[in-house]
Amino acid sequence: MGIGEAVRLALAQIRTQKLKSFFSVVGVIIGVMFLITVVSVVEGMNRYVEEDFANAVFGINTLTVSRTPEINMTGDPDVWREYRRRPRLRFDDADAIRSSVRVPAIVGVTSGSSGNLVSSSGVEIENVRLVAASSELFRIRNYDVVKGRAFTAPEDRLGVAVIVLGWEAADKLFGTLDPVGRTVKARGLPFRVIGVLEKQGSLLGMSLDNYAIAPAHSAMSRIVNPHNVVDNILVRVDDERDMDRAGLDIEATMRVRHRLRPTQANDFAIDTAEESLSFWTRIRRILLVAFPGLVAIALVVGGIVIMNIMLVSVTERTREIGIRKAIGARRHDIHAQVLIESATLSGLGAAIGIGIGVGLAQIVRAVSPLPTAIAPVWMITSVLLGVGVGVLAGIYPAARAARLDPVVALRAE
Amino acid sequence: MAEIAAVIRAEGLLKDYVLGSETVHALRGVDLVVDRNEYVAIMGPSGSGKSTFMNLIGCLDTPTGGEYWLNGQPVSVLDDDDLARIRNREIGFVFQTFNLLPRATALHNVELPLIYGGVGSKERRERAAVMLERVGLGDRMDHRPSELSGGQRQRVAIARALINRPALLLADEPTGNLDSQTSHEIMDLFDRLHDDDGQTIVVVTHEHDIAERADRTVTLRDGVIAADVHRDQTAMV
Repeated sequence: MGIGEAVRLALAQIRTQKLKSFFSVVGVIIGVMFLITVVSVVEGMNRYVEEDFANAVFGINTLTVSRTPEINMTGDPDVWREYRRRPRLRFDDADAIRSSVRVPAIVGVTSGSSGNLVSSSGVEIENVRLVAASSELFRIRNYDVVKGRAFTAPEDRLGVAVIVLGWEAADKLFGTLDPVGRTVKARGLPFRVIGVLEKQGSLLGMSLDNYAIAPAHSAMSRIVNPHNVVDNILVRVDDERDMDRAGLDIEATMRVRHRLRPTQANDFAIDTAEESLSFWTRIRRILLVAFPGLVAIALVVGGIVIMNIMLVSVTERTREIGIRKAIGARRHDIHAQVLIESATLSGLGAAIGIGIGVGLAQIVRAVSPLPTAIAPVWMITSVLLGVGVGVLAGIYPAARAARLDPVVALRAE
Repeated sequence: MAEIAAVIRAEGLLKDYVLGSETVHALRGVDLVVDRNEYVAIMGPSGSGKSTFMNLIGCLDTPTGGEYWLNGQPVSVLDDDDLARIRNREIGFVFQTFNLLPRATALHNVELPLIYGGVGSKERRERAAVMLERVGLGDRMDHRPSELSGGQRQRVAIARALINRPALLLADEPTGNLDSQTSHEIMDLFDRLHDDDGQTIVVVTHEHDIAERADRTVTLRDGVIAADVHRDQTAMV
């Protein structure tokens, strides 16, 4: 008997006992469903982090110097206490870095906090990201100004009260009106709008367009930070290969400025997009290792259920097996029939699990900011897993069926 | 060449069953030759060993001792898979309880031996259809056994038994579950198969009027052949 014949036979058998077949593969369905859902979310996150997130937060070829790491997973209170004791970064740190980095690079500073903006016509919006940055920020971050212009280095140096709005902030404040030339107030201090940034989209549900950027030396600086203090010093190297050298230069400069002895650890952080990815890669590795463990448990349980169902099925069909043997089925034929039935059953369960898993992933994508991406390789893996579980679960029942003595089997009721 | 002509050649067949500490001697040395085209009835009271004998000549079981050739092939030395192949090619079974697959159509039931014989699906279907026509069920091919009468079910079983053109049609109480009218129809079909096609038939039965249709009646008692009577001999007596 060929495999196609056996699969057709198995499907016919499954069709006659739909409900029983369904319940016997619930374990496999659940296992595969969770596998597909979680893998979809993790892979989606991965693609997102690699393509968008890292660059949106840290920028391309950019080293970000901060007092503490931008992304921190530690819950250790001693670490946090140490973070709070660290000195703040200052404008002259940026100047020192600018003069010490020996590779072609742009150095800028940026600081930010949340606050309200009020338009000249009295519209107030809350929770705008208020940024005080040097004019290099636009080049470092590749910000495109779609209306008006960015501020210049002289405007920054002089602390002119101009401001560039993010797309969303401009839209909310001014609607269809042209914001350029109008005035907005932050903490009561007026700034003249000179430009609007191109729409950036959102990141994990947070808008990247709810921004207002003013020169680092303008009054905005006092709104977001104490005098002379900056949050981040950004160093964008022209050539990706200079990232490490730039990092070493920055580290050396900062250690000297903070008078650290060789035995003392850095009391500042240098982040890159690549490092944030390594952090993500660690999470992903944990998810992708721990999670299949859980899935494996579901599949083992599912396999045991299938094995029991197949044993019952073989017992119920003892006479049928006797008939088949009497008219010429060999041990191998019976063995294959039971194995293929078990594998088909389990494979169908896996297919259902994939369907539900894909559906769940779509729902996750629809109702949450989490991106999902379904990798076909995982679908194939799931089907193979399902079929594999079925084959393993079928081994013992198949052996029992194949061993049946036709004389005894024909006498069974 | 005489051995080739014999469809069944049994020499000193022994079959013991071990039941707990006791050994039951079901067959105590049976010698029997059935030639091609013969129509033989095997009779005997229950416990005479006729079921055991049927299982042995049907290659469903192997003897404890003695030799058995089916259609010239020594069967006693074969393993399970070879026996399965012999059952598939050389023997057509007809059982008292029909033994059809309940969820399969008449056509699929008849096809089944061809599936295990490795015949392609198109040829299978054609041959099964032809065979069902021959037993008078051309209009019942897509019916399941539960949708057929007892006589029709046995006809399906006969069609299945004959599909591989076996050397031996082996029937075990073929009319045991049928009323007398239907029994006659089935036995008439056996007669036709024997007379028209020269089919070798062995019928195990305890009913005399069934046995009388055969050319020869072999009676088993206590695991040995107690009588072996050809019809022409009966006529002479």
